[in-house]
Amino acid sequence: MTMKPLYFDYASTTPVDQRVIEKMKSCLSIDGNFGNPGSRSHAFGWQAEELVEEARINVAELLNCDPREIIWTSGATESDNLAIKGAAYFYKDKGKHIITSKIEHKAVLDTCRQLESEGFEVTYLETNEKGLVSLESIENNLRDDTSLVSLMHINNEIGVLNDIDEIGELCRDKGVIFHVDAAQSAGKVNIDLSKLKIDLMSFSAHKIYGPKGIGALYVRRKPRIRLQPLFHGGGQERGIRAGTLPTHQIVGMGEAFKLANSEMKNDFKTISSFRDLLWNGLKDMEEIYINGCLETGYPGIFNLSFNFVEGESLIMALKNIAVSSGSACTSASLEPSYVLRALGRPDELAHSSIRFSFGRFTKKEEVEFTINLVKDSVSQLREISPLWEMYQDGVDLDKIEWA
Amino acid sequence: MAYSQKVVDKFEKTLKNPEGASVGRWKPGDKDFHRVGTGIVGAPACGDVMKLQIKCENVDDKNVIVDAKFKTYGCGSAIASSGQLIDMLKGKTLEEAQKISNQEIVDILELPAIKIHCSVLAEEAIHRAIDDFKSRRNND
Repeated sequence: MTMKPLYFDYASTTPVDQRVIEKMKSCLSIDGNFGNPGSRSHAFGWQAEELVEEARINVAELLNCDPREIIWTSGATESDNLAIKGAAYFYKDKGKHIITSKIEHKAVLDTCRQLESEGFEVTYLETNEKGLVSLESIENNLRDDTSLVSLMHINNEIGVLNDIDEIGELCRDKGVIFHVDAAQSAGKVNIDLSKLKIDLMSFSAHKIYGPKGIGALYVRRKPRIRLQPLFHGGGQERGIRAGTLPTHQIVGMGEAFKLANSEMKNDFKTISSFRDLLWNGLKDMEEIYINGCLETGYPGIFNLSFNFVEGESLIMALKNIAVSSGSACTSASLEPSYVLRALGRPDELAHSSIRFSFGRFTKKEEVEFTINLVKDSVSQLREISPLWEMYQDGVDLDKIEWA
Repeated sequence: MAYSQKVVDKFEKTLKNPEGASVGRWKPGDKDFHRVGTGIVGAPACGDVMKLQIKCENVDDKNVIVDAKFKTYGCGSAIASSGQLIDMLKGKTLEEAQKISNQEIVDILELPAIKIHCSVLAEEAIHRAIDDFKSRRNND
């Protein structure tokens, strides 16, 4: 019997917490709160609406904002679309220039590409070799017609954290809207929207032990940010996002965010200890590189390159654990990770990268097992790697003319 | 991953017992190195490098591949394709080996469409190794 792989891909998605499932189950059947929260004429609707508003408070409490600033969406991708397109369209008379970075999630990059095709101009900022956007580069690229800056909080591939505090101050000072994709950070690191100068923030439930298919967008009230809606219909969510509210999904997200509020500190501590355990177990290997930043990065996302070994073959060798890779072979496009390339990593190190991500249900024994498995698998693959052979022979691979 | 069981088996067997799967090399100074042809194809930046070596002996006036070794950096199907190629080479004359097409490897391993380039790489590797062997014989 083959064993079920150990899960180290929490940055991709998380299992739903059992406590969240229980809450969701109470909103589906004839005996439960199945009503349409938009129905104003009977108790089924009123009760569903009450649950939706309770969930909105739970989300707002984690982020320290006004519940009226939370708009339900189908997930962080929709939130990113709504924030960026919604603000770009609404404020287009002020200007049609947007600033973002080269290592954003595709939900941001593809949205920006779309806007470019509609006549907007987008500046894609370079990051430093750790993956951080500098305040200076933003300042240097701000123009009179810049309407929006969109940057992620925690990068999904390499775990680096942008300083959204500093960047927010700059944007507010210059009168530019600041959108932050917090899909990877909400419930994992502290976010206080009463202090941060952030205007729009995207959230997802399934990255933090809630269900897939539900997310939210924070839209600041003071100073008020306005958005042109992308969906039109029944006027839900104050007309910003039409569509029947999925009570069970919303209740699930509310419960997940409520749990995160009480468990974030503990989760962070154990996750940090697992990252340290993994790194201490692997760091003496030859030709191993950290993509991102050990000191300041979010420890739940840990990206390593094992030189002279290709990532997809490493994933095959690591079949007893579930991880992801920046290798071209694992992507449909056959291109290595654009994030790692943007950091200036050579392509071969991007091909060799593995992302380990930890979460609430990771166990110490699982990490210990992984250390040995990774060491053995990398050395087995190096044994059959001609590049490793050349490296051992002292050949400079950069000087070879490859066919 | 949409790999056939054949790719997975070949890959895992290679990892578990590299020597038995013909992983290895002949290097300058080895006895018989003059009877070895080497082909290296691919590039690290593309995520695939295949190194194939064939050792030939003259049988009835024909060069026959009596042994072959490889090392491959690349995805699982690149490693499996290399191993498959090796199985197909041993005992063949150079003329026969020259005719091996990538499609044979695709068929045997049931490679998915997106991995066909791995088999192409294997075909290129044998052509390079044969060329190398011939050019070295000419210099004898």
